[in-house]
Amino acid sequence: MRHDHIISAKQLSRSDIEEVLDRAAEIARDPTAFRQRHPGALLGLLFFEPSTRTKMSFSASIKRLGGDIVDMGPVEYSSVKKGESLADTVRVVEGYADALVLRHPMEGSAKMASEFVDVPLINGGDGAGQHPTQTLLDLYTIRENAGLDDLSIGIMGDLKYGRTVHSLAHALTNFDASQHFISPESLRLPRNVRYDLHEEGATIREHTALDTVLDSLDVLYVTRIQEERFPEESEYRKVAGEYRIDAETLESTRDDLTVLHPLPRVDEIDHDVDATSHAQYFQQAHNGVPVRMALLDLVLGGESA
Amino acid sequence: MSDDQELRVSKIRNGTVIDHVNGGASMHVLSILGIEGGDGDTVSIVMNVPSDRLGKKDIVKVEDRELSQAEVDVLSLIAPAATINIIRDFEVIEKRRVARPEEVVGVLSCPNPQCITTEDEPVESRFEVLEDGVRCCYCDTIVRDDVAELID
Repeated sequence: MRHDHIISAKQLSRSDIEEVLDRAAEIARDPTAFRQRHPGALLGLLFFEPSTRTKMSFSASIKRLGGDIVDMGPVEYSSVKKGESLADTVRVVEGYADALVLRHPMEGSAKMASEFVDVPLINGGDGAGQHPTQTLLDLYTIRENAGLDDLSIGIMGDLKYGRTVHSLAHALTNFDASQHFISPESLRLPRNVRYDLHEEGATIREHTALDTVLDSLDVLYVTRIQEERFPEESEYRKVAGEYRIDAETLESTRDDLTVLHPLPRVDEIDHDVDATSHAQYFQQAHNGVPVRMALLDLVLGGESA
Repeated sequence: MSDDQELRVSKIRNGTVIDHVNGGASMHVLSILGIEGGDGDTVSIVMNVPSDRLGKKDIVKVEDRELSQAEVDVLSLIAPAATINIIRDFEVIEKRRVARPEEVVGVLSCPNPQCITTEDEPVESRFEVLEDGVRCCYCDTIVRDDVAELID
């Protein structure tokens, strides 16, 4: 892989993506073969925002490669609380680790931070910006279930602020995918993402209702609509209700429809979907480990196994 | 320049004359050039005079300062038709046009309050110049209209 830093899905070519997914598949087949792949390697975790999946799966991944973590811990116990800039924090922590993972609430934070460090820096989510490692595990899961070419995918929910959506939409332009975006008018894809998709010549369609498109989909990627995006709670309740699915919604769809969600969910996917064959979102979360192992292996300089 | 305009502002001995600035945009030109008046630069401005090409145009004369190509290229964002005359000893020794740069650094501020460049970090703003606007290189925000309002 050519990139030292993993900042945005936009930087990833089809061959970069396939390299990570192929390595991840290799790891998933025989994880023990990678157990001593990077003994002593240290991954610095700088999480300025809460995280369960991203942080825990990065920790698990580096440990399963034979390495360990150094963790900044919660912001309130760090020198950030004393007013240290992000640029200074990453410059200090790069001295303690072989690679860094950064999650930060400000957009562009990972890009800026990467300009101050020499060790590889991985964006673990920058505000409403990008979340490229989530995208890699999404793509891995899509490839396992439906394949990445000749794909019809519906991406539903908060498309305006959802960073996983922005990253995934960019990455899918590398493949022969028809992208359907389903959201309320107020949460449509932001202008910059539509601009990029247009520039890439991607086939995209925007909808306000799921039922117009559901039958044609191979994959339905559901995201959470957050209450804080709406000025009135009543408006949130009304809108969120229209973008919720349950087992009944899926009754008449194709049997091979795959339903994904970056999690955490609130109630946009009813629990009665979990038992259906469509539900792949827990497997999707589990795939975070082999995919992040693969990515770490590549950025830490892993040769072909 | 017509006699009428000659009467408004006299010739300068040394410096730069920026002509064909879109009518009313000269204050933005000064902002881009970092001229705030406190440094003692001698500056003359003519605003909204008739122009065949632009309808109305502004002219900015900055004495004893020769602008570099990089400095004038930034002007293309708000004054794409501007012409730059470098003056020495009352003579025009060089005429230039502005060209759209690929990016502009440290001139505009990002309008996205969630952008890292709006925080107290040791980083200059950087914008990619698009055909019809600019785009923040950090948070990807695209601005098409009102680029002049982003000038620091």
